[in-house]
Amino acid sequence: MPRSRFFLKAGVFLICLTPLTLLLTAGVMGNLSANPIKDITEDTGVWTLRFLLLTLCVTPLRKLSGWNEVIRFRRMVGIFAFFYGFLHLMTYVWLDQFFSLPSILHDVVKRPFITAGTAGFLIMAPLAVTSTRKWIGRLGGKRWQLLHRLVYLSAAAGVAHYLWLVKADIQRPVTYGVLLSILLGYRLLSAMSARLASRKMHRGTILSYSRSYD
Amino acid sequence: MDRRRFVQSMTALLIQADSNEKPTPYKDVTTYNNFYEFGIDKDAPARNAKNFRTQPWLVSVEGLVKRPQSYALPDLIKGLTIEDRVYRMRCVEGWSMVVPWQGFQLSALINRLEPTPQAKYIEFETLYDPGQLPEQRRAILQWPYVEGLRMDEAMNPLAILAVGLYGKPALPNQNGAPIRLVTPWKYGFKGIKSIAKIRFVEKQPVTAWMKAAPNEYGFFANVNPAVDHPRWSQATERRIGEFFKRKTLPFNGYADQVASMYAGMDLKKNF
Repeated sequence: MPRSRFFLKAGVFLICLTPLTLLLTAGVMGNLSANPIKDITEDTGVWTLRFLLLTLCVTPLRKLSGWNEVIRFRRMVGIFAFFYGFLHLMTYVWLDQFFSLPSILHDVVKRPFITAGTAGFLIMAPLAVTSTRKWIGRLGGKRWQLLHRLVYLSAAAGVAHYLWLVKADIQRPVTYGVLLSILLGYRLLSAMSARLASRKMHRGTILSYSRSYD
Repeated sequence: MDRRRFVQSMTALLIQADSNEKPTPYKDVTTYNNFYEFGIDKDAPARNAKNFRTQPWLVSVEGLVKRPQSYALPDLIKGLTIEDRVYRMRCVEGWSMVVPWQGFQLSALINRLEPTPQAKYIEFETLYDPGQLPEQRRAILQWPYVEGLRMDEAMNPLAILAVGLYGKPALPNQNGAPIRLVTPWKYGFKGIKSIAKIRFVEKQPVTAWMKAAPNEYGFFANVNPAVDHPRWSQATERRIGEFFKRKTLPFNGYADQVASMYAGMDLKKNF
């Protein structure tokens, strides 16, 4: 890895850690609210969703700007989504429920918002595990890509999780839902236009082309 | 001391003894608030209500009452006995506090206002003034905030209108200044803040939360660990300042004083 890229990656890594750093600082300085467990839960949850949406920004950004280098950061951002999701889950399991398995299982089965959140996290787990270059080789690029499209489902589950837990003000979860729709809509449109282009090409001279969307 | 005053102070003593619990720190009571008119985050009301004008304050008394009219707040409550009442407060979201209020029994005010025999319910409205209560410009709930009680609930000695907090004879703005309802056996959202209208009515009022989600928030909203919110459990609560959750008590621990009002009612239906 060239030196400059190493520093760039290290920089992005530190930026991705900032939400946790700020949360820990607020905790140590006593700047959390009267209900710190709720603060930690909400903060880690919202950052999970933000990082998920960030990973989904990478492809559109790359295609629209032509800045191909950005793909190098996608895995890290995705792993951070999983990391914040894990912290979020642990806050619930440890601080909120204190490992009470019966009440956790009851929640997962009976509370749609917890079912959705659990699903969103569990979907992320195999993606985090298979995020390495080795696993791309093992699975083959096509299959790996197919598997990693599950991230769409995970993000959708995350939005549903948020939407179903708020009391009255749905502005924030709806905002995330709209952003997700734009990011997924972009993919749908680019897939459709790629298909259309391929038909046109087949009618004309045969050109080599590779369809790529993810 | 006359007999009435004596009975009143005895009642107060009994209530004090009953809630023999450590009050939640003043800072937490005044920085962790649900007062959506000033923002949906818990710390928003403390930040955004700083310049809220509570003087002069008019309370409009309307409906089935001897003299429907508008009162300046000091005139409305003149001569009513202000007491200290330490009450548990259980929020429908699953957390709770212990709050040392100052206020007077709602029953005393109702007796003074003399509602007509047709009045079966009392309805309250928060001030509607989007200039001062900025979130009223946004459709989070249908504004103004509306709450209500059945007349027997309103006359229950536990129901108070609070005008002070922590031994001081004034409410911080974020806690519902200058006058708010406190019904400790009900979920916190029944405790309507910054009351500008009191209306005596024959039919059960439709509250702001009933309009927002009728399947989730009922008129009675009595604290009940056996009846879950459709989306989360009400069996336990986190007392602010404590790590482990507590078991939530029926009627928030005030069953002795209030349960009889609901005898024979299906509390699963009348949630």
